[in-house]
Amino acid sequence: MPLKLTPLHSAHQKLGGKLIEFGGWEMPVQYSSIVDEHRCVRRAAGIFDICHMGEVLITGPGAEGFLNETLTNDVRRLAVGDGQYSQMCTESGGTVDDLYVYRIAPMEYLLVINASRIDVDVAWLQERICGSSHRSGVIFEDASGRLGAVAIQGPRVASFIDLLSAGPSLAGAAVDGASSLKKNQIGAWEQAGQRIWVARTGYTGEDGFEVVAPASLIEDIWTRTLAAGHTVCIQPIGLGARDTLRTEVCYPLYGHELDENTSPIEAGLGYFVSFDKGDFVGRTALLDQKTNGVKKKSAAFKMAEKSAPPRPGYAIFAGGEKVGDVVSGTQSPSLSTGIGMGYVPPAIAVPGTKIEIEVRGRRFAAEIVKKPIYRKA
Amino acid sequence: MSSQVPADLRYTKSHEWVRIAGDAATVGITDHAQHELTDVVFVELPAIGRKVKAGEAVAVVESVKTASDIYSPVSGEIIAVNDAVVQDPSLTNSAPYAAGHFFQVRLSAPAEVDSLLTPADYAKQIGA
Repeated sequence: MPLKLTPLHSAHQKLGGKLIEFGGWEMPVQYSSIVDEHRCVRRAAGIFDICHMGEVLITGPGAEGFLNETLTNDVRRLAVGDGQYSQMCTESGGTVDDLYVYRIAPMEYLLVINASRIDVDVAWLQERICGSSHRSGVIFEDASGRLGAVAIQGPRVASFIDLLSAGPSLAGAAVDGASSLKKNQIGAWEQAGQRIWVARTGYTGEDGFEVVAPASLIEDIWTRTLAAGHTVCIQPIGLGARDTLRTEVCYPLYGHELDENTSPIEAGLGYFVSFDKGDFVGRTALLDQKTNGVKKKSAAFKMAEKSAPPRPGYAIFAGGEKVGDVVSGTQSPSLSTGIGMGYVPPAIAVPGTKIEIEVRGRRFAAEIVKKPIYRKA
Repeated sequence: MSSQVPADLRYTKSHEWVRIAGDAATVGITDHAQHELTDVVFVELPAIGRKVKAGEAVAVVESVKTASDIYSPVSGEIIAVNDAVVQDPSLTNSAPYAAGHFFQVRLSAPAEVDSLLTPADYAKQIGA
């Protein structure tokens, strides 16, 4: 199957981006270098192509009820213009996907889902709608094709974001400009007669924004952002730095920390599971895990000696025995040491526990650390 | 991006370079290879005294993103390794043909050198 291209494909080529396959898409892994781009986002500002991610719109009088029985978090907590992180689980508590849900109008929700899970999620959601008592009040749209998105991240982004979207918001959160959005809020502005959504969210651990807009406007938004951010030396950022940035702050990546055999409780994401909102898919299994404990738990670790960077799939040892596997691992550009996350028995997943990571048959000392691994000074 | 391909070296398809001096061959990775890898963060070199065959994976170089095997371009015995590049892997990026070299092999089959790529061949391969 030919790789899918985002509306920014030719922009990446012009910028000298090195393109790789990611989840069926041809995406830039880096432009200058992963370390350089990583530091640029931690220091100032970077822009990421995230058009590969999926967008789903759930609209209608049944939308709230349907989402609350399908997702783990409680969408009733969302005022218009608010967003929240959530999981979508199977009956046995495994994770179908992790996503952001925004309430963009009283009866309209925007879900931003993982690129690699669009087909699975769309089928899952449609099947759940058919089986839901709310089905007559729910309109479903997979808008992944017609919408694109970019993430603009870093401590200096708020200083120029208003240049992209003039004046007060037209829908969602009522604010004077995007820079007035609070964390997790979303507002709408207009560009070329079409609506663009700006949310104060991201996947880097830095302040920042994500812009969801019609695919035809994405290249213009990208170009204008690079121009607006020029004064703070904004750079385009590839998937390589996206991964090192999110690993340092322990954000899960579907297919690594999360999959259909791993629950949000095991992943340490219980905060996003609302047990008091009524029934939802997976509630029984998740409550059992929360009450009676889990067999494996996500833990973050840092290498304690000079070693090759830990990588997904490497074995974790404790007390001379294999206790688990690394699911994410890299050299931390901020800490200049190997870091990662893995699944181990709960007794091991305690900060301060000494572990070893096996690299090509040799074991290197590491230590379980508190999440996030990197915290801004 | 133009990569340097020094005229006094021989090369492999897998982007190692070889400098011959008497019966010793010094080996490293090319400027093109370090550009492709970027941000080298770890280098693992073979033990001194190890007998290696041409084409054998003998070292590993790791960037932030990936681990790559390094193949000995020639057969022989490892007679020296560059500890400086183990201590400071970024030398691979900053000085791939000098301070960032990897190891030395005492040639057991000097004729192998003739089958290595010439600078012109290698430049053609990488489109330089």
